[in-house]
Amino acid sequence: MKINDVILQTAAKIVVFIILTFSIYLFFAGHNNPGGGFIGGLMTAGGLVLLCLAYDTKTIRKVLPVDFRIVTAIGLLVATLTGLGSFLFGAPFLSHTFDYFTLPLLGKTELATATLFEIGVYLTVVGVSMTIILSIGEDR
Amino acid sequence: MSLLHFAILIPFVVAAAAPLFYKYIPKVHTGWFVLPVPLYLFVYFLMQLSTVRTGDGVQATVPWIPSLDIAFTVVLDGLSLIFALLITGIGALVVLYSIYYLDKDKEAIHRFYLYLLLFMGAMLGVVLSDNLVVLYGFWELTSLSSFLLIAFWYRRTKSRYGAQKSMLITVFGGFAMLAGIILLYLMTGTFSIREIIAQAGALPGQDLFLPAMILLLIGAFTKSAQFPFHIWLPDAMEAPTPVSSYLHSATMVKAGLYLVARLTPVFGGAAEWFWLVSAVGLLTLLWGSVSAIRHTDLKAILAFSTISQLGLIMTLLGLGSAALYYGIGDAGNVYVIAITAAVFHLINHATFKGALFMVVGIVDHETGTRDIRYLGGLMTLMPVSFTMALIGTFSMAGIPPFNGFLSKEMFFTAVLHASQMDFFSMQTWGILFPVLAWIASVFTFIYSMIIVFKTFTGKFQPDKLDKTPHEAPVGMLISPVILVSLVVVFGLFPNILSYTLIEPAMASILPSLLSPGDYFEVKISMWHGWQPELFMTLGIFILGTLLYLSLRSWRSVYQLIPEKWSLNHLYDSGLKLLERGSLGITRTYMTGSIRQYFVYIFGFFAIILLYSLFKLGAFQITADSYAEISVYEVLLLAAMIFAAVAIPFVNSRLTAIILLGAVGYLMTTFFVVLRAPDLALTQMIVETVSVTLFLLCFYHLPKLKKEISAPKFKITNLIISIGVGVTVTLLALSANGSRLFDPIADFFIKESYNLAGGNNMVNVILADFRGFDTWLEVMVLGVASLGIYSLIKLRMAEPLPLEGGSKREDQ
Repeated sequence: MKINDVILQTAAKIVVFIILTFSIYLFFAGHNNPGGGFIGGLMTAGGLVLLCLAYDTKTIRKVLPVDFRIVTAIGLLVATLTGLGSFLFGAPFLSHTFDYFTLPLLGKTELATATLFEIGVYLTVVGVSMTIILSIGEDR
Repeated sequence: MSLLHFAILIPFVVAAAAPLFYKYIPKVHTGWFVLPVPLYLFVYFLMQLSTVRTGDGVQATVPWIPSLDIAFTVVLDGLSLIFALLITGIGALVVLYSIYYLDKDKEAIHRFYLYLLLFMGAMLGVVLSDNLVVLYGFWELTSLSSFLLIAFWYRRTKSRYGAQKSMLITVFGGFAMLAGIILLYLMTGTFSIREIIAQAGALPGQDLFLPAMILLLIGAFTKSAQFPFHIWLPDAMEAPTPVSSYLHSATMVKAGLYLVARLTPVFGGAAEWFWLVSAVGLLTLLWGSVSAIRHTDLKAILAFSTISQLGLIMTLLGLGSAALYYGIGDAGNVYVIAITAAVFHLINHATFKGALFMVVGIVDHETGTRDIRYLGGLMTLMPVSFTMALIGTFSMAGIPPFNGFLSKEMFFTAVLHASQMDFFSMQTWGILFPVLAWIASVFTFIYSMIIVFKTFTGKFQPDKLDKTPHEAPVGMLISPVILVSLVVVFGLFPNILSYTLIEPAMASILPSLLSPGDYFEVKISMWHGWQPELFMTLGIFILGTLLYLSLRSWRSVYQLIPEKWSLNHLYDSGLKLLERGSLGITRTYMTGSIRQYFVYIFGFFAIILLYSLFKLGAFQITADSYAEISVYEVLLLAAMIFAAVAIPFVNSRLTAIILLGAVGYLMTTFFVVLRAPDLALTQMIVETVSVTLFLLCFYHLPKLKKEISAPKFKITNLIISIGVGVTVTLLALSANGSRLFDPIADFFIKESYNLAGGNNMVNVILADFRGFDTWLEVMVLGVASLGIYSLIKLRMAEPLPLEGGSKREDQ
């Protein structure tokens, strides 16, 4: 007999977006305010876990047909490539740079290569957390 | 590279080729291909006789490890030449003998010749090397090849036992020798024997002189089977007889004598050297000859006889070293005769003992046994072997006109002189030398008679033998015949040796006694008047004959000494004790219990840190740098201590997890209070995840046993945990109190926006200033997730059975 958890599912539908938005905020805020790739990644994973709790992992697999191990790999690759990229400019491994650009819509914006690195961290953390939780959760 | 280098290397090259001959030319006995090597080398060394006689001999150097002063230097002088001739000459005879002794279809002769040539090359390397490290290398190679040869029939337990025993003892000595070599190097700064000899005058006062001497002598004594290290030699008789004949009578066991003779110019003249070498030699002489009579196996008798004769030569080398006490210009002094006798007997022993072993091998081969209780009356069946045995044993017993008589007479001359020495406190002990030597010679006489007469005369007992005995094939007889002829020739014309071999050898043993251009004059004569030596010999004949004839009545004396007191028993039980002891010790502390190991780790950690903290005076607490303590911190800390301390006392795991979570969240709050928002965020999420994972783990655990009582209390745990806590606290306080430099934090505060464009300093450090750490940490996370994934997904359907070691028996 299936328990009807419609309240949880309805709430989750809304809350997940808030969580994901907050996680993306945390990620971008990292450079100047508390936050960053690590916390952002954990928060994203938290949102996805909430979905898993409200529905079940099979549904989530269908909605998000992502192999999180590959996400981990991409994250590590991005972080590594960011580091290697500095070789192109004759700088030591993992040298970062930043500058200010005027972009449409956003105005004067700071773009830093450190953010690329943070994307790597973010993806890795999401991938790692989800891999661990899903593999434990799916274990019978 | 000189010819001399090649002389050492040729046996190794042919050794590598021996298995190929065996495989591709199976029709011909591999020994025929091996035979030319020692023959050629023997001829080559014979041709060096004149060069060695006139000058320093051949010298050549090939650099090997120049930075460590290790060069492959070979020197051929009188002493080396004697040994090289023995090695190659007897080597050739042994190879010839083995061709008839070992069946090419039944035995793994390719291995035999491989090992034998390995040994030959190594032995040549030992006697020709001038560099002590190279000498040591070859020395160990002789141990190794001897090990392989003893265990040639490796399916026999006794062979393996004997091989292991000889390996352990000789390698023990070898290591001691290496230590001695290093000490010599520390004193002289060179590994070259010639250069060390040149500096010998400055050595005796030094602190390391005595340790170096003792260590090197341990090496020599173990190799030459001196008391109490002789026990490996009788067990080495499990080797094929050609091997016993070659290694364990003529060559390898003389390596120790070679070392002693070679280092006599360095250490000779010192009282310790004199006493160690001659006393150990004398003891070995006596012990070996007395023990030989106990045995009934011919090879065992010969083994103890070898031990005894090696002791004799060692004694002579010790006595001869006294000549150096007088120093330069006294070449004519009476102790030099001891060295002459030593060198002479060295050659003699190699000839007659080699022959005797071969004869015993023939007897064994033709009758199927070596036990004198089953043998007898073979004289008419094996006349040639009998003649050879007769000459060999008579020479060994010191009966004229064979060469053993001459060297024994000279031996008596030396010990008689020794009894009149007035230095090295010989006034008190000197009289022991002739007395003990004489007793030993009587026993030598008796066992020599046993060997020849118990085997070849008496009643023939065909029913006790497996085979019908008959004379050996001619090929097998050639080698012992040659050796026995040498016994006779050297006995009748000893001076052909004295001019060619003995004089140059003495010049290299006692170089400081010669002024340049001078040489020793050795004249050995069969008859030298009515001297006390002659009466001693006559006494030996009379008493020896009487004792031999009454052997039956007093042999049971040996049964009085129980087996428990023997050195073999000591060795065996010592080995067993060592094994059992180490097993016991390992078992007491390697219990397999993680708790125990943690006790060791933490106990060690606390003790070593506390000790060094107070020993080095690093303990200091200064309150200047402390910040104000706010009321929040006090409250938080109190709550945290409460939660942490409660954990060991709760009975339910769930409570423990929740308390742990409480500690984690309190930590989060601490981060908030201490103004670390990033840490607080991360700590909060990570704590949540880990508590969830803990809960997950415990959900799957087997049902909790209802534990009413509190967790078991152990006083050691309490002491260790308090110790560690105190240690860490003290360390942290001291480290804070002794801050030597300003922290680097100011740089980050100032430069994080300028250099990295970010205001969040923590994040800038993580991603930019110290991005490398972060990079590797995300790697760690990735690896951890893959680890968890594979642990869960790649489970075996059935758990593998545990390996044997995981179950412990003793608890």
